[in-house]
Amino acid sequence: MAHDAQAAALGPLQQVAGDFSADKQAFTVPWGKAMMWIFLLSDTFIFSCFLTSYMNVRMSTMDTWPNPSQVFALHLFGQDIPLILIAIMTFVLITSSGTMALAVNYGYRRDKRRTMWLLVATAVLGATFVSMQAFEWTKLIMEGVRPWGNPWGAPQFGSSFFMITGFHGCHVTAGVIYLLITAKRVASGFYDKKGTYETVEVAGLYWHFVDLVWVFIFAFFYLW
Amino acid sequence: MSEAKEGQQHPLTVYLWIWLLLFVLSTFSYLVDYFHLQGYLRWSLIITFMLLKAGFIVAIFMHMAWERLALKLAILVPPLCLLILISFMAVEGGYTFLTRGTAFLR
Repeated sequence: MAHDAQAAALGPLQQVAGDFSADKQAFTVPWGKAMMWIFLLSDTFIFSCFLTSYMNVRMSTMDTWPNPSQVFALHLFGQDIPLILIAIMTFVLITSSGTMALAVNYGYRRDKRRTMWLLVATAVLGATFVSMQAFEWTKLIMEGVRPWGNPWGAPQFGSSFFMITGFHGCHVTAGVIYLLITAKRVASGFYDKKGTYETVEVAGLYWHFVDLVWVFIFAFFYLW
Repeated sequence: MSEAKEGQQHPLTVYLWIWLLLFVLSTFSYLVDYFHLQGYLRWSLIITFMLLKAGFIVAIFMHMAWERLALKLAILVPPLCLLILISFMAVEGGYTFLTRGTAFLR
């Protein structure tokens, strides 16, 4: 486009100034994509508030913080493997992010069958993740972890754990439903009628964000 | 940036390489815990792997690297405010800890 060539000649900041100040649409992306990004920005703030409050209670407690490496260990093959369930959950979520990225790519290639099945695979992996999280919650609740206390130390451990992983689990569950609806629409030819597969990319943005949040939870809650 | 093609279309190999890289980085961060690394070494490794993973997800999987600068700035700059919140809450947490410590000593 001539407009782009002109903007490139002006340099990146003039391009930004042009995008925002000219009497036209500011973001040259479909509105659904811009809105999804803005929603994800607000979600970033929500999750950051949770993680910051977790940092605050962990710094200010006088009790020792329970060691996540041991709390989340599983007894497998005759030995305790530290944090193994969380590691498997992390790999499941990363795998689902990969299948999602491929689904978006095949969507733009108008390969309906592959797009649909990759979306279904992503949803199945997401459901696997939530099931493993349900197993983890059950195990911890049986061991006596409550939002107000636990057998190993600082009582704030339980409230932080349930709030952060619970909110993330809700996002994954919502994402699974979202992906299944998108897969159904791919199969029914909805996006062919609409003339664009950009909606699949927007669903992908949400799914990658869920994976992104897990990267931070994994680092700060489970590994720290 | 070619406008002829619809949306974000990139070669499959880009995604496959990033996918593999995310697996490797996750394995590394798990190994940090597995080998019981402690102290500043542990924290710096955790943060490094975390930021690398987050960066690749946002830049490649979420296509931020190929978006126009206006969208990049609109989405990536506001979260920097969080650094202020985090530093204030860290100071506050340390203060609460010290106050509780003196209360228990007395």
